[in-house]
Amino acid sequence: MSEIHLLTLLTVLPLAGAALALVTGKHARAVALVTSFASLALTLAVWIRLPANGSIGLVEQHAWAPSLGIEYHLGVDALSALMLVLAAIVTLMSVDAAHRVHHQPGLYFALVLLLEAGLFGSFTALNFFHWFLFWELCLIPAFFLIKLWGGTRRGPAATQFFIYTMAGSAALLIAFLAVFLSTGSVDFPHLTLLASTGELEQMVAAHLGPKVMIWLAVGVLAGFAVKVPMFPFHTWLPAAYAEAPSPVTMLLTGAMSKMGVYGLLRIALPLFGHQIAQMRVPLLVLAVATVVMGASAAAAQKDLKRVFAYLSVNHLGYCLLGIFALAVPAVGTGIDKAALASQAAALNGVILQMFNHGITAAALFWFVAMMQQRTGGHRGIDQFGGLRKPAPVLAGLMGIALFSSLGLPGLNNFPGEFHIFRGAFPLAWVAASVSLLGLLVTAAVILIVIQKVFWGPLPEHCSNFPDLHHGERMALAPVIGLMLLVGFLPSLITNSVNPTVMKLLALWSF
Amino acid sequence: MFSIWHPNSVSLLAWTIYLSFAGALALALMPKGKTALSRWLALAVAVAGLALAVQGFIAGIGQGRVTLVDMPWVPSMGIHFLLAADGISRVLVLLTGLAAVAGVLFSWNIELRANEFFAFYLALIGAVYGVFLSFDLFLLFVFYEIAIVPKYFLIAIWGSTRREYAAIKLVIYSFAGSAMVLIGFFAAYTTAGSHSTGLVELAQAGLPASFQMWCFPLVFTGFAILAGMWPFHTWAPTGHVAAPTAASMLLAGVVMKLGAYGCLRVAIALFPRGLDPWSFSFIGIGSWRDVFAVLAVIGIVYGALVALAQTDFKFVIGYSSVSHMGFVLLGLVTLNQIGVTGAVLQMFSHGIIAGLLFAIVGRIVYDRTHTRQLAELETMHLFKRMPFAAWAFVIAGMASIGMPGFSGFVAELQVLVGAWKVNPWWVLAVGVGIVVGVAYIWRALQKAFFGDLLPSAHVLEEEHGHPFAAITWPEVTGVVLLAGVSLFVGLYPKILLDAIEPAVKTLLAGGVQ
Repeated sequence: MSEIHLLTLLTVLPLAGAALALVTGKHARAVALVTSFASLALTLAVWIRLPANGSIGLVEQHAWAPSLGIEYHLGVDALSALMLVLAAIVTLMSVDAAHRVHHQPGLYFALVLLLEAGLFGSFTALNFFHWFLFWELCLIPAFFLIKLWGGTRRGPAATQFFIYTMAGSAALLIAFLAVFLSTGSVDFPHLTLLASTGELEQMVAAHLGPKVMIWLAVGVLAGFAVKVPMFPFHTWLPAAYAEAPSPVTMLLTGAMSKMGVYGLLRIALPLFGHQIAQMRVPLLVLAVATVVMGASAAAAQKDLKRVFAYLSVNHLGYCLLGIFALAVPAVGTGIDKAALASQAAALNGVILQMFNHGITAAALFWFVAMMQQRTGGHRGIDQFGGLRKPAPVLAGLMGIALFSSLGLPGLNNFPGEFHIFRGAFPLAWVAASVSLLGLLVTAAVILIVIQKVFWGPLPEHCSNFPDLHHGERMALAPVIGLMLLVGFLPSLITNSVNPTVMKLLALWSF
Repeated sequence: MFSIWHPNSVSLLAWTIYLSFAGALALALMPKGKTALSRWLALAVAVAGLALAVQGFIAGIGQGRVTLVDMPWVPSMGIHFLLAADGISRVLVLLTGLAAVAGVLFSWNIELRANEFFAFYLALIGAVYGVFLSFDLFLLFVFYEIAIVPKYFLIAIWGSTRREYAAIKLVIYSFAGSAMVLIGFFAAYTTAGSHSTGLVELAQAGLPASFQMWCFPLVFTGFAILAGMWPFHTWAPTGHVAAPTAASMLLAGVVMKLGAYGCLRVAIALFPRGLDPWSFSFIGIGSWRDVFAVLAVIGIVYGALVALAQTDFKFVIGYSSVSHMGFVLLGLVTLNQIGVTGAVLQMFSHGIIAGLLFAIVGRIVYDRTHTRQLAELETMHLFKRMPFAAWAFVIAGMASIGMPGFSGFVAELQVLVGAWKVNPWWVLAVGVGIVVGVAYIWRALQKAFFGDLLPSAHVLEEEHGHPFAAITWPEVTGVVLLAGVSLFVGLYPKILLDAIEPAVKTLLAGGVQ
């Protein structure tokens, strides 16, 4: 296999799997398992072949529609490749978790694989329209997965999800139309270079007027803020996460929410770094609000899925905090070394957090799915209790996942959040301090969940609550193992990510 | 130049016209009652036309304008039987071929006087091929007029809702437009004094600017009526709804393009100075170009808003055509390379997508439910009972709202880029239309297929006892053909753009200096 086409193959594989799943009907889950397993292997092959210096490798570039600047332009650096691995892992987990799809399984797994293709495509694209195609492609299967297999209030949830994301997409499209008209290009690396020399802003000002650039930045930020989501654009999320079947929620939170953060890092900061630096204070306020609101709202929920949904908002809020904290305007000739070290720490933390939150959140929703399945659909916190007695293995493994979410040292979420705060404190100490409040509330929420679900008296309907069977243990073991591994050895990821972080920071101009 | 058999040459395109008319004649002469034979014959003719169109398109790659046939017709007036094809013609001939095949497939269930139906149908197709391939203004006009007759009979005989009214309205609007075009034609011919009705000769005749200034709006409006330009669009929704499915597909998919094509090939190419700025400007409108751009933008927004308010499923699609054709007209009057290219691509794209939408609504759904009222469809659980139609509409709807990956996205984006270069305010107004476009497709999809009203046990039982007729192979083939083309062109627009771009460049250079 020629290395040149590895990324194309990666996108085509799930598409082919989706087509196959559609026609195989009852055996669709086996097709999806094989496909997502092979996809994971391919993403690991991509990870191994990354250029050591952190630049973009495995590039494929062909003309597509030249009059609109559309190119088939693919490439990955460590940031994209880590997201590919994450998307592949989460998809595999989701397919694994979805073993009780009775209603049209062929369609279900075809949509899941289509979503995976969309994720792969958007994490490898280096041309706006190419990227936008896959960004939108993700939306369609996600909508139908919620609409057709969701809970009782799935209709409004799916519609709200669709409308919010479409509005965000429209803002993105208009902003990039303006960029294209000013520069004649929508190629990310090219635009990044233009932005780093300040030419992009001059060209936009010359074509469309001096005040336009900041509005374009607002449009792009709004598009991503919906997807992440950032306060106050988050209101679609709890309903969507709660109504979607749990395996789909795993995909939504584990992989799709990362598209928003990835977009901020790949598109918003490189092109609109200066404008984001200008808006840094209000953006930091929103990031802190996301952190604190997410945690407090989680504390008020009774439904486990809604608790974890708001915890996702909270955890992605740390990513936003790190991103906006590091957008520091350069003073004078350059940034001093200490500030650069802080920026690098924050960015490393953000990327780690994206990966780790994806794994942990997906695992948590998987556990909820197992609990629902064992109790005939219960998922209220107060409906459980004392589960450690009948199901010690489930309680133990879920406990690990919950402590990972809490940020316990030794588990995967700790290094990411630590790096973010390590970077954010010197750069934006007020925001970082207030966000600590979020950490405290999160800890309280998780401890309450653990206490209510695993301890106390066993309710009637949980009396014959079976523990994890062999297959489930084998499926969960690698995930829990990964949490421990990354927790103890974050350098496995950071060693590859750090060179990319330094490259990115060198290119961004605030 | 008359070449009967040149394999691998563009000249074979002329045979699309002859073949369609020959097929129409054969069907008209066929004895009544041979329903199966007439539909297979119609399909064979349509497929052969498509094959010729594809062959001509491929053979024409990399070539400019190719003359197919050039014979003196009325020498005293300089009229030639002149058929030629440049990139724009070849793309639109391809569209016609696709729409023709799809239309036959979706008329497979026509039982009433099937041979006559397909005779009129093929006559219409032949005339459309003729318009797209004529490079003599007189000849173009003849084909343009021929097209009106079969349209009338198709609607008046095989139509539905208020068919006589719709048919007459369509004919009156068409003839009114034709009359305007005809006046412009005679005026141009006399003024030029070149004793030729060839489009190229007329364009090079150096018509005086003051003449062009009044002749351009006349001819442009004449053609734009058929393209559904606001406020002359009202024939379109009623005509589309009344027409039998295949005719709606052709009306929206191809016949509206005749109007837009005339606007480009005749009005803009012959009278480019008519678009020059006036000596004054009034509320920001300072030329005919501004006037028509504003009308196009109004059409986009108005068509979308009216579509949003419809209770009849087919009217939603009918008004959506008005909205999407607004993009074509807007792209044409940008007069820049990217805008006009986008307009031509949008003609192709909308032809495919509108055909698909009408096929789903008028044939697949209506022939089974016998209602097009959204309120009634809402109670029928069509997603469960007709999943194929639901998914087909999802795909067609995504294509219609301009989802990336479908042909409409590239086309409308190019029009917007072209329009922005002229006047960004137009684009902002169009943005409203696009958002409403998402909304009306969304609303129709929700109501028609995903009605959330829970069925009662009684209803479920009854539905179980009366399942809808199974989806037939012509329906599946037609949907796959049209959706596949829209997706293919959306993913690989270069294949059409490579043909359109040089032709537009030549056309604009010949006209606008």
